[in-house]
Amino acid sequence: MYPSDLKYSKEHEWVRMNGNIAEIGVTVFAQESLGDVVFVELPAVGSSVVQFEKFGEIESVKAVSDLFSPVEGTIVEVNSAAIDSPEVVNEEPYGIGWLIKVELSNTDQLDALMDATSYESILQ
Amino acid sequence: MATRIALVIGVKGLNSKKSKETSLHAIHVASGGRMVPFGGWDMPLQYLDGIIAEVNAVRNASGIFDVSHMGRIEFEGSGAEKFLSSIISANVPALKIGRSKYNFICNATGGIIDDAMLYRTGEQHYLLVINAANFDADMNWINTHYYDQSDVNMRVVTDDTVMIAIQGPKAVETVDSLTHGKASKIRRFRIGSAEFNGVTVTLARTGYTGEDGFEIIVPSYKGAELWSKLRESGSVEAGLGARDVLRLEAGLPLHGNDLSTDTNPFEAGLGRFAYFEAPNYIPGYALRHLSATKPSRKLVGFKMIGRGIPRRGLNIFADGAKPADESKSVGIVTSGTYSPTVDGGIGMGYVDQIYSVIATKLMIDVRGRLVEAQVVDMPFYKST
Repeated sequence: MYPSDLKYSKEHEWVRMNGNIAEIGVTVFAQESLGDVVFVELPAVGSSVVQFEKFGEIESVKAVSDLFSPVEGTIVEVNSAAIDSPEVVNEEPYGIGWLIKVELSNTDQLDALMDATSYESILQ
Repeated sequence: MATRIALVIGVKGLNSKKSKETSLHAIHVASGGRMVPFGGWDMPLQYLDGIIAEVNAVRNASGIFDVSHMGRIEFEGSGAEKFLSSIISANVPALKIGRSKYNFICNATGGIIDDAMLYRTGEQHYLLVINAANFDADMNWINTHYYDQSDVNMRVVTDDTVMIAIQGPKAVETVDSLTHGKASKIRRFRIGSAEFNGVTVTLARTGYTGEDGFEIIVPSYKGAELWSKLRESGSVEAGLGARDVLRLEAGLPLHGNDLSTDTNPFEAGLGRFAYFEAPNYIPGYALRHLSATKPSRKLVGFKMIGRGIPRRGLNIFADGAKPADESKSVGIVTSGTYSPTVDGGIGMGYVDQIYSVIATKLMIDVRGRLVEAQVVDMPFYKST
């Protein structure tokens, strides 16, 4: 449920690093809590995000939630599949249901995130 | 993600008063129901397959809902007809045995305390079904006028019975199979009874989804058995989340959202359910006056054209409005959701009269983003 190669934020986002590009999505806990995801609002490529600040919104049938960026940097890619078919966030939150890719300004900020074990412990 | 999930979905810890449980509570928990506080009760929001699957089951086959939390009050006696005429907006003397009437419980000034279903189950016997969340307010209204009624026996039977709604194109045949074909003999919007495994159950052929089906009232000890039988017959368990989507798709208002003591039946477009001619009807004078006055605002249904989902409490602006200046709002959203059946955002809201015409373009202020919408005829979905 919480792959060990990812980093996690307490706001239930995950980060997968590839060089200095961070791929970002929501965790299994988040998508299960939300229920059927029906709408995702994401910023445009080129806009910047600030660590632990709002970058978008995710909606299920019943609920609206803010998305908080686990990292700081510039958005280099937005997942159009998540916008066009939001159910992919439920189906594969760590795969085709990813949300944005961010080029990091520095990698030290990753120290503020949790590993899978710590993240799971805050869910207890 | 953060805290707003907890607020919208509802967290037990936030609920200071202990919620009541229906007789089916343990079954909901065992089925993976996500339990939330609702109208003083601990009820399933959804089960494991989620709201969309539950909505689709009701639209394509049949779904079952535990509606035991809804208040059920029996009125009996030679004065029942006259007493009910004084407190609800139904033409009670005109109601034949075995028929139902949707009506309002209005206060003395015509504000809507609740909406209700009245059934006439016998010559001097009526059943009134009310919303769980308004039970106390309704009882307060009823009791205020009940004190000197020696010829009316009033009994709250909510806790003695389980009420299960089964809705969908397969609902009637499913209930038929459990009642020796008796169910389908009851016509739409009528009430009757049948035998189910040795007990008499009450079958009201109504619902809150826009589909055919029944609300089945059964003695509490038999509730779990009926629920299991309906499941074994292929009905899918459905929770409050699906119920809210289904009723909105069907264009049915929800008290607490679309109706309140601050709204009256005429601005809600439901004047045909506000009968005020009974000489002893307490809000009669107020409702007659309101019926003759053109309301300044009206409840409309709208569909989103742009990308976005309307939600309760969002402001509505005129087409072409510039970014959110709340003082220029022309209305407010009272219900909104994503509709799987329509595949888009749908909602209801009150708008200034001139914006209530079908096809009028509106802008919904989705947390700072103005998204285009259009007034449409309700229901959003009609069963075939």
